[in-house]
Amino acid sequence: MSIALRDGRRRRGMRAGMVAALLALAIGADALQARTLRLADQGDAISMDPHSLNDGLQLSLTGNVYEGLTARGPKLELVPGLARAWRRTGPTTWRFELRSGVRFHDGARFDADDVVFSLERAAAPGSDMRAYVGLVAQARRLDELTVEIETTQPAPILPEMLSLVYIMDREWCEAHGALRPVDKRKGIENAASYRANGTGPYRLRSRDPGVRTEFERNPSYWGHIEGNVERVAFTPIGNDATRVAALVSGEIDLMQPVPVRDIPRIEADRKLRVLQGAELRTIFLGMDVASESLRYSSVEGRNPFRDRRVRLAMYHAIDMDAIVQRIMRGAARPAALLVAPGVNGYDEALDRRFPYDPGVARQLLAEAGYPDGFEVRMDCPNDRYVNDAEVCQAIAAMFAKVGIRARLDVQTKGIHFPKILSRNTSLFMLGWTPATYDAHNVLYNLVATPDGSGQGQFNLGGYSDPRIDALVHAIASEADEARRDELVREALRLHREDIGHLPLHQQGLAWGMRDNVRMVLRPDNFIDFKWISID
Amino acid sequence: MIPFLLRRCGQAALVIVAVGLVAFSMFRFVGDPVLAMVGQDASPAERAELRGALGLDDPVLVQFGRFAARAVQGDFGMSLQRGRPVAELVLERLPATVELALLASILALLAGVPLGAWAAVRAGTRRAGAVMAGSLLGVSVPTFVIGIGLILVFSVSLGWLPSYGRGETQAIGWWRTGLLGTDGWRHILLPAATLAVFQVALVVRLVRAEMIEALRSEHVRFARARGLPERRVLLRHALPGTLLPLVNVTGLQFGSLVAFSIITESVFQWPGLGLLFLQAIQAADVPVMADYLCLAGAMFATINLVVDLACLAIDPRLRDPAPAAVRA
Repeated sequence: MSIALRDGRRRRGMRAGMVAALLALAIGADALQARTLRLADQGDAISMDPHSLNDGLQLSLTGNVYEGLTARGPKLELVPGLARAWRRTGPTTWRFELRSGVRFHDGARFDADDVVFSLERAAAPGSDMRAYVGLVAQARRLDELTVEIETTQPAPILPEMLSLVYIMDREWCEAHGALRPVDKRKGIENAASYRANGTGPYRLRSRDPGVRTEFERNPSYWGHIEGNVERVAFTPIGNDATRVAALVSGEIDLMQPVPVRDIPRIEADRKLRVLQGAELRTIFLGMDVASESLRYSSVEGRNPFRDRRVRLAMYHAIDMDAIVQRIMRGAARPAALLVAPGVNGYDEALDRRFPYDPGVARQLLAEAGYPDGFEVRMDCPNDRYVNDAEVCQAIAAMFAKVGIRARLDVQTKGIHFPKILSRNTSLFMLGWTPATYDAHNVLYNLVATPDGSGQGQFNLGGYSDPRIDALVHAIASEADEARRDELVREALRLHREDIGHLPLHQQGLAWGMRDNVRMVLRPDNFIDFKWISID
Repeated sequence: MIPFLLRRCGQAALVIVAVGLVAFSMFRFVGDPVLAMVGQDASPAERAELRGALGLDDPVLVQFGRFAARAVQGDFGMSLQRGRPVAELVLERLPATVELALLASILALLAGVPLGAWAAVRAGTRRAGAVMAGSLLGVSVPTFVIGIGLILVFSVSLGWLPSYGRGETQAIGWWRTGLLGTDGWRHILLPAATLAVFQVALVVRLVRAEMIEALRSEHVRFARARGLPERRVLLRHALPGTLLPLVNVTGLQFGSLVAFSIITESVFQWPGLGLLFLQAIQAADVPVMADYLCLAGAMFATINLVVDLACLAIDPRLRDPAPAAVRA
């Protein structure tokens, strides 16, 4: 045989081999793609360190890689996490029994030492989760799979508070210099920002902050992963229009938030779907009811907001249905309480708004001594909540109809929040999600009298009712659930009757996805990869 | 030559210091960075403690003094929001923006110079008038409208090009480039085109104006009188005259592209300096903002210098300032 012929055969063989390889690659890639979820959100997690920032998105993403002692089900009900069971063993002690056979992603065994370490780490300087472990005086290892937690005062909802405190591996943190969370003052970066070693259903595969974060399924997860997603590629896309375009063009499979005006457009597309639901966050207006004289207003020497009739008039002036229909395009739920459905302590019977009635409003104002109304400055953000500036504009117009001329001061969140947090405001918009998904958090932060220690920290209007304060105090240590719910109900009732704030709505969540994606929508807007399926 | 260089360098340094000082004074009014650094459950005591530890309560001049002292040593501080050294962040994002600006400039030149020359040669005809009207549109339509329009056409409707991100990049040392792979090229085309549209308009109008001038000049008339082919007249004699102002303008525009590609980067989620700056503004991350503005000032000053030197190289007349007294 001539050399040419032999070469020819070899070349043909090589070519066949290459084709086969390419085919395999194509099929393999296709199979991989079928199970890769391309996810996009408005922003990004700042770090993969689960204790460094108390931010919804960061806790949501890291919550797939790490887990807490307790966890949340699809309706936010408390379920066992890394702890199998827990019970109170004394007025200030809780005992947690840990799950056996759980391993971290690097293979290390999970035990009580890791829990004690993680709770201490979450309480250290540099951690932003200190409020969640604030009641923990000490965590003790009783044996390899039992931890006893002693609290500084009776803490009936400690398990609820611990669901967001994720457990890290002590040995891994020691080996990677991640013993303390990132200290923003000194800017000490540690490995936990970029790498993760948790017990969760997904592992962190790669991290490029602000660009792309990849997760992959943990084959040795202790629990059951209902979904079929093998890999998740997360990219932040800040621009609303670009994010929608990426979904429509097929470059991403799942994203949020869908801007309200784009919901009909995406729903009209047969290949796409929008999943909507109410969020836990309640948006409301606060009023300065503490000052003797209303500062940023045209009224001198007295404070109209201290008169319940004026507050009731403002309530009656707001046409919430119109706001929900026209501005939120139906993607909101009118609220009469600062507590949303899904929050522990929510009471449906109390969640009834006072009706829209501008005539009664004008009458009440006249009775209170303001027949010609008055002028007041209204502070709102324009980039924090869904359509926040538009809602404020509508409300200002509604107030004007009854005589209250609200001068709008709309600012970006970096300016709005410092302004109202330093109480330089008479009328302001604010939103709140209780971090513990429990009403006590709402009452303690928003309604109780500010005392400088943290109570009433976000009660920026200075609302004060000693009866409610006493109830808040009692709720904190009441162990009996039924009795506790009663106390919460009473506090909510008093606050609603006295119109301490003007509740507005719970905004709607809107996730856009390809038709073949199925996911569970949590009211706290956390995303659980293990509940996502791609058909 | 040397005194000229020294003088220019001194001017550049002054510009940078002035920009830094202005940046620092302005940023007292952009908001509270501590808010973005801690979650809502942090107590007021914790916030105040953090503010004090970061030195945010000190007067502006003191903060600026601290910043300047460290900057001279190469330490540009920490990003408040991200907890990483700003110098590292900037170096990480620089390649993306530089590649984008470079490609946009090249596209603009490739499209603009021939178009401008053609519009000059065919000046007065209806087609040339249409080109000029089109260039006006390019200048007046906002960048984000162009960007989203291109996304709508090429990503959503046609599905040819991706709508966001940089795609796959390869590292050459510390420089991450997208230009070595097809995925990177597919991702850079739309943002570069968006940036280029404004540039093209500028280049077309400039080249056309300069060409018309050049075509009327004496040396072009003599070249034609000598019977040289028209193409040679245009390319060898008329066009080079337009290069000087073109280099000037393109150089300055490049600086502006790198410094202020914010809009385009935010539309395409391009991980460059512009997006970094935008995110820093939203989080009131003062060190990043101040460093970025100083960098922009330094870049403009440097580019100005380079452009001046390039002009010196191109135009022999500028090399030796001829004493006016020579003319008798």
